Amino acid sequence: MISISRFKPALLAAALTLSGSLGALAGTYDITVDKIRINTGEFTKTGVGYNKSQTPTILRFKEGETVTLRVKNNLRESTSIHWHGLILPFRQDGVPGISFNGIKPGETFTYRFPIVQSGTYWFHSHTGFQEPDGAFGAIVIEPKGGEPIKSQRDYVVQLTDTHPHNGNRIFRNLKMSADYYNRSQRTFQDLVRDSRANGLKSTLQERGMWGRMRMMPTDIEDVQGFVPLINGQSTRQNWSGLFKPGEKVRLRIINSSAMSYFDFRIPGLKMLVVQADGNPVKPVAVDELRVAVAETYDVIVQPRGNKPYSIVAESMGRTALVRGTLTPKLGLAGPVPRLRRKPLLTMADMGGMMGGMHGDMDMSGMGHVSSQGTMDHSQHQMPMDEEMDHSQHQMAAEPAEPAAPAMDHSKMDHSKMDHSKMTETAPAAKEMDHSKMGHGTMQKDTKSAGTMDHAAMGHGTKAKGTMDHAAMGHGTKAKGTMDHGNMNMAGMDHSKMDMGGMGHMMQPAEPGEFYAPGSGLKPVAYNGGKFLSYKDLRASRPLYRDRAPTRTIELRLTGNMERYIWSINDKKLKDSEPIRLKLGERVRFKFVNETMMSHPMHLHGMWTILDTGKGKWDPIKHTVSIAPGTTVYTETEVDAAGQWAFHCHLSYHAEAGMFRKVIVQ
Amino acid sequence: MKKLIAPLLALPLLAAPALAEPLLWGFQAEQFEYRERDGEDGFAWDFDLFVGRDEGKFVWRSEGEMGLSSGDYEGLDNQLLYQFPISPFFDGVAGVHASTPNGEPDRYNAVLGARGLAPQWFEIDAGLYLSDHPYMQVEVEYEGLLTNRLILVPSLEVTMPLKDDAARNQGAGGATVEVGARLSYDLIDRAVAPYVGFSYEKSFGDTGDMLRAAGEETDEFSLVFGTRLMF
Repeated sequence: MISISRFKPALLAAALTLSGSLGALAGTYDITVDKIRINTGEFTKTGVGYNKSQTPTILRFKEGETVTLRVKNNLRESTSIHWHGLILPFRQDGVPGISFNGIKPGETFTYRFPIVQSGTYWFHSHTGFQEPDGAFGAIVIEPKGGEPIKSQRDYVVQLTDTHPHNGNRIFRNLKMSADYYNRSQRTFQDLVRDSRANGLKSTLQERGMWGRMRMMPTDIEDVQGFVPLINGQSTRQNWSGLFKPGEKVRLRIINSSAMSYFDFRIPGLKMLVVQADGNPVKPVAVDELRVAVAETYDVIVQPRGNKPYSIVAESMGRTALVRGTLTPKLGLAGPVPRLRRKPLLTMADMGGMMGGMHGDMDMSGMGHVSSQGTMDHSQHQMPMDEEMDHSQHQMAAEPAEPAAPAMDHSKMDHSKMDHSKMTETAPAAKEMDHSKMGHGTMQKDTKSAGTMDHAAMGHGTKAKGTMDHAAMGHGTKAKGTMDHGNMNMAGMDHSKMDMGGMGHMMQPAEPGEFYAPGSGLKPVAYNGGKFLSYKDLRASRPLYRDRAPTRTIELRLTGNMERYIWSINDKKLKDSEPIRLKLGERVRFKFVNETMMSHPMHLHGMWTILDTGKGKWDPIKHTVSIAPGTTVYTETEVDAAGQWAFHCHLSYHAEAGMFRKVIVQ
Repeated sequence: MKKLIAPLLALPLLAAPALAEPLLWGFQAEQFEYRERDGEDGFAWDFDLFVGRDEGKFVWRSEGEMGLSSGDYEGLDNQLLYQFPISPFFDGVAGVHASTPNGEPDRYNAVLGARGLAPQWFEIDAGLYLSDHPYMQVEVEYEGLLTNRLILVPSLEVTMPLKDDAARNQGAGGATVEVGARLSYDLIDRAVAPYVGFSYEKSFGDTGDMLRAAGEETDEFSLVFGTRLMF
């Protein structure tokens, strides 16, 4: 087996040299895989690294080059390297059990393949938990003819979530107790605080609702307690990149975390996003962007001040951040911002769960709910202060007088929900449309709520400026300002709702929505500015002509959080059949996230075209994050024969079974 | 232990990497404690040691209490169980049980039960112990988070003999109820969580009568000092 896999690339390389003898580049690179000490400044641990260093190795290739990579395994266990995002023959893809047999201790394995693309990628071990333990590096491929967008500085910014525990231990702990690392759970203190704010009854009802489902709204980061690093350096160690004021600086952001999404910003600078997952996109200026695990984004910034700028990567669950610095001279450090308020999941994020819950709760009637997540009960929660009384909610079809002109609720689409079955719903209710609905039931519960707090709804603390209640007729008492800083779902009285009848009334979310409406995860930029969305990504160099897919394959992302089992279509890898694709077809994948966690799905060997409704201009990626309660479509031109891995890139989800083998025939 | 297990874990990984699921194991002690009371002080434990996979695992469950001056086992219950999922939040268990304390006749039972997480986060462990001296036992626990590390765990355990067992002073229908509360602090992750608390046990009905007739107490209050363990 090994001899064959070595022989083939040799042949291939020979063929390439023969055919492309007009000066084909050929570089040889040596990589050692070593047991290393990792020092985060907060703790030290034993991990795995490349070339004996905790600073990630950067491989710099040129498009068109044929690379030879000699990987020497100095570990006492088997290893492997997967070239994340690279298009290559499958025997070179580096997944043990799928593309080859792995690299045994002491062995030097030689990868050889042509570089047929350009951009920012990365590489990592695909064996056990070596990647969470530190085995990753960066790949930068210079396009033929040079970078089309010039910059004077070019830095890799490789993020990771280094944890004091090694991967095996983390996985075992999660299996024993899925909330082992969740130190953001709601406590008695939160109960007291929420009771004061929203009233005891509604707070208990809200707790009861989550408790009935045995789900936690704090379940955003499975593994907390990590120290995030930029290029192997923690906040204290302060990775720094030099610039001269006015220079253009290209940052190649790579999220190599085991489990953590990072929200990335450079306070004071607009970032021009020019590349996503290695492929150029129409430049879009943003203030902040979310980098899902395994994604890469290239941004260009132009710091003009003669002062240090903080590079900040804050985890999606707001449990940790790392600060690096862009600086005009070494030795300076940008300020370290405080962690922002922790988000809470909402019922919108639970939308998909309900389909998967079996009779264990009184919502069983919802089995057929599409996981579009449009069941967003949080949306019922009209923000109000104590003087606002829902009884005055006209909810008339015609817009009432703008009570709070600065707010925009337009994104909250009540029309998707059928309230007709809600018992005790006051008058209106025959039409489903919220705009015509009396808030009878809700009002009863929410009235007591002094101030409601919107943070959990993803409106973030800055929501004030961006919400528009105008069309909702909040009655006359609404004040010009509302504190949305801290909304939670207290006050939703589910016990009075007959959910059985609701499911099939729901409509799918509009295409291009990548968070469930009302999701607690929808990010808001630190300065209230522009936060990158998948919708903003537009391929500037499509790789394929747009054509109709030959078929659609539905992949429901499923799991059982309590048991820490993660699966696709309710089957773990070991119980599953491979996904079989035909060479030359264009397949459409329908991802339906029925869990309450985000999953960065990564298909090896072939591009993933993310359907954002732009046809041939849809962005081309290798990893696509599927938020809870959402359905996302991607398309893949099946142009690479062989066996490939297809999995959630959260290390412990992949290991727990959210993984498929793909066979292209 | 770790040295023994490590090669076990490595084997399936080597055989078919990426596709195999490794064996999992774990040790969890809910109680590991000193009991101070009017009579003889005791040392008590309640732990599970398991090895297996998602689809099923073998569990050695041990509960007992030793008198600290006499060295006698006032209670000693060991179970070998197979535990397997029966619903999203519940496992079934089946196995054998041996109760072999000092000063009382030994009892052996077949065990059938269920354990898992009920709505509102109540941890339930219910078992039916079948032999000539059958009984049932239900345990309920709740983890109350005062903070994310300071945790108050109230517990309730009801043991109900289904037939008289005169040699052990157990009367059919006479329940023995144990209530407790333990306030713990997660000192090292969740691996070591020392606690203080109390445990109060009282026997009712025929069981109470039989204990009284034998000149024994029908209730007992203990202060407990110990640690939860998980690794």
